[in-house]
Amino acid sequence: MKFSKNTKITVKLLALAASMLVFAIFVMPPLYDAFCEITGLNGKTGGRYVAVPAAIDESRTITVQFVASNNDNMPWKFSPSVRSVDVHPGEAADTVFHAFNPTKKDMIGQAIPSLVPFKAAEFFHKTECFCFNQQVLKAGEEAKLALRFIVDPDIPENVNTITLSYTLFDVTGRISKNIDKNNTESAREG
Amino acid sequence: MLKGFDRLFALLAASLSAQSVLAEEQAVERWGVNMPKGVTEVAQTTYELHMLIFWICVVIGVLVFGVMFYSMWRHRKSKGYKAAQFHESTAVELVWTIIPTVILILMAIPATKTLYDIYDTDKADLDIMITGYQWKWKYDYIGSDISFFSNLSTPRTQINNQQPKNPNYLLEVDEPLVVPIKKKIRFLITANDVIHAWWVPDLAVKKDAIPGFINESWTRIEEPGIYRGQCAELCGKDHGFMPIVVKAVPQNEYKAWLDGRVASAVKMRELTGKTFTFDELFVQGEKVYTSMCAACHQPNGKGVPGVFPAIAGSKIATGPLNTHLDMVIDGSQVNPAMQAFGEQLSEVDIAAVITYQRNAFGNEMGDTVQPVDILNFKNKQ
Amino acid sequence: MAHGPQPGLKRWLYTTNHKDIGTLYLWFSFAMFFLGGCMALIIRAELFEPGLQIVQPEFFNQMTTMHGLIMVFGAVMPAFVGLANWMIPMMIGAPDMALPRMNNWSFWILPFGFAMLASTLFMEGGAPNFGWTFYAPLSTEYAPPSVTFFIFSVHILGASSIMGAINIIATILNMRAPGMTLMKMPLFVWTWLITAYLLIAVMPVLAGVVTMMLMDIHFGTSFFSAAGGGDPVLFQHVFWFFGHPEVYIMILPAFGIISAIIPTFARKPLFGYSSMVYATAAIAFLSLIVWAHHMFTVGMPIAGELFFMYATMLISVPTGVKIFNWVSTMFKGSMTFETPMLFAIAFIILFAIGGFSGLMLAIAPADFQYHDTYFVVAHFHYVLVPGAIFSITAGVYYWLPKWTGNMYNETMGKVHFWMAFVGLNLTFFPMHFVGLAGMPRRIPDYALQFADFNQMASMGAFLFGAAQVVFLFNVVRTVMGGKKASEQVWENPQGLEWTVPSPAPYHTFSTPPILR
Repeated sequence: MKFSKNTKITVKLLALAASMLVFAIFVMPPLYDAFCEITGLNGKTGGRYVAVPAAIDESRTITVQFVASNNDNMPWKFSPSVRSVDVHPGEAADTVFHAFNPTKKDMIGQAIPSLVPFKAAEFFHKTECFCFNQQVLKAGEEAKLALRFIVDPDIPENVNTITLSYTLFDVTGRISKNIDKNNTESAREG
Repeated sequence: MLKGFDRLFALLAASLSAQSVLAEEQAVERWGVNMPKGVTEVAQTTYELHMLIFWICVVIGVLVFGVMFYSMWRHRKSKGYKAAQFHESTAVELVWTIIPTVILILMAIPATKTLYDIYDTDKADLDIMITGYQWKWKYDYIGSDISFFSNLSTPRTQINNQQPKNPNYLLEVDEPLVVPIKKKIRFLITANDVIHAWWVPDLAVKKDAIPGFINESWTRIEEPGIYRGQCAELCGKDHGFMPIVVKAVPQNEYKAWLDGRVASAVKMRELTGKTFTFDELFVQGEKVYTSMCAACHQPNGKGVPGVFPAIAGSKIATGPLNTHLDMVIDGSQVNPAMQAFGEQLSEVDIAAVITYQRNAFGNEMGDTVQPVDILNFKNKQ
Repeated sequence: MAHGPQPGLKRWLYTTNHKDIGTLYLWFSFAMFFLGGCMALIIRAELFEPGLQIVQPEFFNQMTTMHGLIMVFGAVMPAFVGLANWMIPMMIGAPDMALPRMNNWSFWILPFGFAMLASTLFMEGGAPNFGWTFYAPLSTEYAPPSVTFFIFSVHILGASSIMGAINIIATILNMRAPGMTLMKMPLFVWTWLITAYLLIAVMPVLAGVVTMMLMDIHFGTSFFSAAGGGDPVLFQHVFWFFGHPEVYIMILPAFGIISAIIPTFARKPLFGYSSMVYATAAIAFLSLIVWAHHMFTVGMPIAGELFFMYATMLISVPTGVKIFNWVSTMFKGSMTFETPMLFAIAFIILFAIGGFSGLMLAIAPADFQYHDTYFVVAHFHYVLVPGAIFSITAGVYYWLPKWTGNMYNETMGKVHFWMAFVGLNLTFFPMHFVGLAGMPRRIPDYALQFADFNQMASMGAFLFGAAQVVFLFNVVRTVMGGKKASEQVWENPQGLEWTVPSPAPYHTFSTPPILR
């Protein structure tokens, strides 16, 4: 009688512990990502946006600044072609970033976007961005990386400057096993 | 140790005598017992908030401990006090749940207001990107070409107690962040490797610098001056050795400083074309080595076994020049601790430090590297 | 059931007796307390003066990391589990723990876990050096190779804690003597019941976060690396989701001990028993929703900052209720001040001071100035040293006569108390000042204006360390012999543990006691 009572509670508590472990590893990360996307936490800007035609708000001008930096020992030269553009909410704008691989080996880079102020993140839509893909550059190769975006007309009144940052990571080692797959993928993206 | 006691008594004496207000102020300043009032509006509001909460806590503490000490004094067995037997009172318990809640609400109001002030996103006059590196800061003035690293300038000999320490020991840098006063400055904060935190107490700005992401903060400094801070997030070995110095100057001085930076950039480009003698490079190289390399590879070039490789007798410093250039300019591909110095140092400094490393610590390569070699190496790659 | 312990070493290796296992836990944690304490003294010795004198920064970081890990997981938590093992069955009238074999196991994996952790000190690249909070990527991409051993040892410690917690819950829910209803249980049992649930809820999260680190380091995932679409800030959220409740795991059982000691020496029943239970439950619940107050400077939307600020401030309400209840218990009592009572009173005062600084830290805009400074170090040491360590010490003095049958030396106990009390305040109070004046935490060397207070703190630390040697001596002497203690030990203490002889026989309550 007592034995089975103890066994029952042990099994229940072990199940609780196991479910907390599953929660930590498999639920918290996606939950956090979803949370980031809703709140703009860490300036995460969400995925590809399908543009819906919206009225352009000529009365407001938003300055969008671009900054680019390399993480750690990433040797590529990486910079925006212009430092900032002024846009009206609702209007699509284009810009280009330059990337150059000065080393003697083929490498793969991944640009991670981040945007401040956080509260603007959900109103900043990228319809085209090199950050969606891993970028392969052969030794000495150069590339122009395109970005097209729209600032949502619903953006809060007190936001007038948005800074979009890209940090370029060297992911050559991380994904060298799948290099062929990525090559074809980025070729397709062209 | 004796000196410490002397000062302790000086402080006690000073705070006991109510008349010597001046002495007390001096003592407090030397001892630094409280948060600085700061030189920005946000810093001052924060300071006031801090003091408000502090005094509320003091009052509650005096009341609660007062009751406790009273009963410890009066209600003791040795005085023959007979214990009462009450052990419950819903009314009393309700009161001391509700009153603290009310006090908390009263605290929350100014705290919320201050937080909204800090989260202001109005347009700034100047944007500065701050990047934390192991173990230094990089400042980019967005919208201009000005970009530089700011390293600890306290010599190793002071840290190792071989020399008396400067008044600003560990709080001094080779190149401070120069900003104009009475302008809204927006900081964009990120990191290159691990998480750092940029903190200047007088500005009440502390924000984590996170690799891959940017954070923002802002300040408007009211008074010119030099404000010092430190990295506030454990970031590895030299976390304690990456100070921040902000020099706030009037607008005209700031303008002059900007012009000076442009002029020195031009001069640097000229120097890159110049040919230096071995001795010139060696002397400059030692300086660069001390500030940029010695933290890991150690002043004697012997490194730390198992953590940081030695320069003395190393394969790279006594091997082919190109491998050495590659290591210094592009960093190590296997060990993230060895950074790419190609963008951090000028061509002159890279040439000097490589020359130094190949000819110091018993390395006898005998070769010199000129700034133009560095430039060629960078372009040829 | 009448047979006694096995002879020799086998007694300890194979034992399933709750008292033996309690003793093992307590001695183990005492040993870890001295090990972690020595590391603290290395830290304080280095910080005695500006400049690097004794250790290099790499080793300093290893010391701060190991000090934290060993004190949290090696000293405080096992000590509370040891007290639970000894006292919970005796307090609820049970013959033993519900799962005695698992009890043996949950203790005996601990020494291996800590041996693995300590062995990292001798590995190439040194021990973990990323702080006990091991923030990624410092603890992943930039970590020394020993991090893998650190991860496995955390897994072992976590497994031990979870097993211990399951055992405690099963014991409390299934093994109570007839008539011992939940609301009649001593508060130590109550606080441990709630703590055990917290342990089961959050220790797996710790296991999860180190597992994610392991996968990032060795199996190419990128939970915490931005390069692969992860986020280092996620690490902090998961860690503090464990870490904040962990803080309460280290303090709730202390509330139980203090709630046992104060009434005994005030000769007056505990004031507000049921509100104590509810307050404990409220604190435990709130502890699960305040984690991000450790991360105010990480960059959060203002709504997040406000939510975590308000929730954190709320914790001071139930905590305040507890303090008020203890003071009311003392009020109009008939007090005497034996060593356990002295430690308990010091607990109330100093823990309240830690609570005040905690309230200050909860205020998000002010926290921007306090965060990661010595003010924080002062705060959590005020909560943990007088909170956890003093309450454990008080509990040991209180129950030692029951365990050994001998009275400890009262004079030596008082000497221990006053040395510890003065040492503690001398060590940690000046840290408030240097923190406010701008000294960041976890730095091996500091600017000159912090020198005087650091010197004071270092002297206090050595005094505090010396006090613990007195404690060790007193405990050993009491175990060896001394004045015989009566069955009740103290004047009319409440609880079933005082109805059995002193020393408590190897088997107690083989037949359940009759409750009045």
